Amino acid sequence: MSDKIPVTVLTGYLGAGKTTLLNRILSEEHGKRYAVIVNEFGEIGIDNELVVGADEEVFEMNNGCICCTVRGDLIRIIEGLMKRKGKFDAIIVETTGLADPAPVAQTFFVDEEVQDNARLDAVVTVADAKWLTERLKDAPEAKNQIAFADVILLNKTDLVNEAELEEVEARIRGLNPYARIIRTVKSQVPLNEVLDRGAFDLDRILQIEPAFLEGEHHHEHGEACGPDCGHDHHDHDHHGHDHHDHGHGGLKHYHDEFIKSVAFTIPGDVDPNKFMPWVQELAQREGQNFLRWKGILSFKNEPRRFVFQGVHMILDGDLQREWKPGETRQSKLVFIGKELDEEMLREGFEACAA
Amino acid sequence: MTSTDTSLADYIRPILAESHVTATAFIEKTAAFALGDGSVMLASADNVSRVNVHPNGSILVAASDGKHLVTGGDDGRVVRLSAAGRTEEIATTEGHAWIDAVATGPDGAVAWAAGRKAFVRDGKGAVYSIDVGSSGRGLAFAPKGFQLYISRYNGVSQWFPRSTAPAKELPWKGSHLDVTASADGRFVVSTMQENSLHGWRVADGAHMRMTGYPGKTRSISWSPDGRWLATSGADAAIVWPFVTKDGPMGKPPLELGIRPSRVERVAFHPKAPVLAIGYRDGFILLVKMDDEGGGLQVRPVSEGGPVSALSWDANGMMLAFGTEEGAAGVLSLPKI
Repeated sequence: MSDKIPVTVLTGYLGAGKTTLLNRILSEEHGKRYAVIVNEFGEIGIDNELVVGADEEVFEMNNGCICCTVRGDLIRIIEGLMKRKGKFDAIIVETTGLADPAPVAQTFFVDEEVQDNARLDAVVTVADAKWLTERLKDAPEAKNQIAFADVILLNKTDLVNEAELEEVEARIRGLNPYARIIRTVKSQVPLNEVLDRGAFDLDRILQIEPAFLEGEHHHEHGEACGPDCGHDHHDHDHHGHDHHDHGHGGLKHYHDEFIKSVAFTIPGDVDPNKFMPWVQELAQREGQNFLRWKGILSFKNEPRRFVFQGVHMILDGDLQREWKPGETRQSKLVFIGKELDEEMLREGFEACAA
Repeated sequence: MTSTDTSLADYIRPILAESHVTATAFIEKTAAFALGDGSVMLASADNVSRVNVHPNGSILVAASDGKHLVTGGDDGRVVRLSAAGRTEEIATTEGHAWIDAVATGPDGAVAWAAGRKAFVRDGKGAVYSIDVGSSGRGLAFAPKGFQLYISRYNGVSQWFPRSTAPAKELPWKGSHLDVTASADGRFVVSTMQENSLHGWRVADGAHMRMTGYPGKTRSISWSPDGRWLATSGADAAIVWPFVTKDGPMGKPPLELGIRPSRVERVAFHPKAPVLAIGYRDGFILLVKMDDEGGGLQVRPVSEGGPVSALSWDANGMMLAFGTEEGAAGVLSLPKI
């Protein structure tokens, strides 16, 4: 995977701070050359031969897979960029604020030439700390973008107080406990925290148990925070029927009625001959409901970790680095999606144990 | 496996392109190589020169009518180049939108596609344009008259630029990449994102599906008699018969040059029933149509990546090739 060009997909609702981040990436001295695929040329005030305008043409693949949509323009642009191979180190794809991230992500798993040349590094979502909570109620796109993210820049944190920040982070974790949340002002973040992460962010799924989050305190948060933390501000006296909340002993924790995440661990090896057919069948049967799914697996008699990720029905995985000495060999699967049948998924996965 | 007892490698003149070879073509007797660094290398019998056609840009597409090379770049420019290295800018797109396709037509006509529009400039300099609704990925002039085929999402548009009538649509669901018309004008064939070809019989719009490819077809070539269509995208050149009025419907294709490597480029000899095949592993082979087993090796498996460009001169005495990582050369067939 090393000589494939890493691709960062940059999403975020309108006005969250995507363009500010892109301008920083293009203008700052960081020793890396990024090809940036943007939607609106005008927003980026920088003339650069590696800034490419996209048409956001979403195509249905005519392959019998109903939710398999790709970005036709991206396939064409990446094919064109490959004629300049060696002239840039990474690709960033900006999506419009209203876009569903799935077709963009699927493009990197479906097209053979794209897959040969590029790999999806991470989906980075820029969110507005002040308005995200509201947008999650009225804009399904905003919810999808949070659920899809590997990294979330919680931006404009200077416009809210600490309690509001805790509130919005709880909302985010309710949708996607595995994304890394980085608090920023004016999209100021060290770029190596969001770009070319390799499997680093995927590794978080091994470290995080969603249940623990309820008791996890934020490092910047000095004082003890009771169950009612974040309860006293204006905008959520009556959040809609799609949310209910419960806080026990730690941070406020939300569950979304439609989007949720589940995780399963086998404390040892799985049998690839059972696992591979199972995930493929699962992708066909249930993939429509899976926004993202990810796994790090320990295959029997295999010194390397099998790392995979999926978007809806599309799966992409390979054997990556070896398990380190002292590292616990375990197998973990995470699903973020709609109408997840937790018991069915658990039983299916556990039946793959070696 | 292919017999490799005989090789033509000794007759290759190497050309140091040193950049992705987007396309190659002969302008009169000069081999031209359109490159990813925006330049074109011109190799005549006694000289090699480099013309910087798209400074700071990259050549995405190129086509030739044998007299000029027309290049389209990611700088949004369409440029026509002569064998002597003289350039003429044909167009610059609004906002420097990438040029996705170019084609050459009758009387020096040039067509190009950018964004969701296609354009054509006729021999007298008049420019026409059409909105095709999605990106025009492929362009081909019809063999007769002043008309163009434009491949796009969900079909092919048949456009008569001088007519005010709307384009005729050849519909088929999916993303169509390149397009070509048979020399007798009876068939139009597109290559598709979904690892297949789609054909239409122009007279009645009858559909032809040509499937079974493990990869996308990105190279197509008609035999000199117009009766066969060679295609890339499999571990052999897949050659479809267009011999009868039904085209390839219900007939199996020929599989020429079967090797354990994907065919990337195909180019029929302009006069003889011989196909040049370029593979992902850099290998280049000449195969006769009636010889499904053997072939004549032009270039062994080599460094430089997949063969990305392959073209004969008008007489069929020279074959130019280039690769993704910038290897290139010209084979001069030995006189027998």
